[in-house]
Amino acid sequence: MAIEQALQIFVFVILTLMTLGGGLAVVTSRNLFHAALSLILSLAGVVGYYVLLDAGFLAIVQLLIYIGAISILILFSIMLTRGLMTPRQVQRNEQWWIAALVVFLTFVVLIVALWQMVWPIADDEALRTPNVAISQLGEALVGPYAIPFEIISVLLLVALVGAIVLARETENNQGSHAEAGSSE
Amino acid sequence: MLIEFIPVLVLFALATAIAVIALVLPAFLGPRRPSRAKIETYESGKLPYGDARYKVPIGYYKIALLFVIFDLEVIFFYPWAVVLRQLHVFGLIEMGIFTALLVVGYVYEWKKGGFEME
Repeated sequence: MAIEQALQIFVFVILTLMTLGGGLAVVTSRNLFHAALSLILSLAGVVGYYVLLDAGFLAIVQLLIYIGAISILILFSIMLTRGLMTPRQVQRNEQWWIAALVVFLTFVVLIVALWQMVWPIADDEALRTPNVAISQLGEALVGPYAIPFEIISVLLLVALVGAIVLARETENNQGSHAEAGSSE
Repeated sequence: MLIEFIPVLVLFALATAIAVIALVLPAFLGPRRPSRAKIETYESGKLPYGDARYKVPIGYYKIALLFVIFDLEVIFFYPWAVVLRQLHVFGLIEMGIFTALLVVGYVYEWKKGGFEME
């Protein structure tokens, strides 16, 4: 048991280094593409936290959604935007102090909230076994949470149609620009 | 339960070790005499041309967005599929509605020609 605990602490330290180091690299890197890659490292650390917390399903969700999908979107939007691929980006604009203030206040609120929070630990050993936890999640999704579950699909549909419409507008703009360019 | 993740940890350690060995050791051990041909970008022996940072067509972004949305959908399938047998017809109908709504978006995209890449 002592070995397992030591191993847990060791893994926790590694994960913390990954998460914080990645996060630091995101805000300090002058190359936006490198910042996005560092964000993936940071998110991967969070996957590890979920595993340490016995939340296997959340870990997979984090891996699939944040690392598999959101990061891809961020990388794509960097690649698609003109001039953002240049290795040296300006890191602050005239609003930097507002952002710093908001971040600092959020930090204070988080620290206070975490300090006062009582962390509930599942006494039920069954809940900590992955099979039971996922079965209960599945039953909850079609049972008491059926309406929110269906609303999720409406939300996804809105996002899907919105993405198509936005991309179409951009395509049309690009098309008209190209025509204007060729007529000159 | 955490014990089950030991293989993942081992894999993680191995992957990190191999990456470090492959990148760091040659930098110390190998001789370094760069020439123009050596520092050129290598891709299967083809001669490089143009700039790698060209503007990528917006169509790729659309595909990425679609991927995100259907990725999310699959995530919701997973816990549902585990208890599929206990849920009987009701669960099937509910997931049917869930999927049908997304299929509407899929068909819309298809009809609008969103999958055609030029």
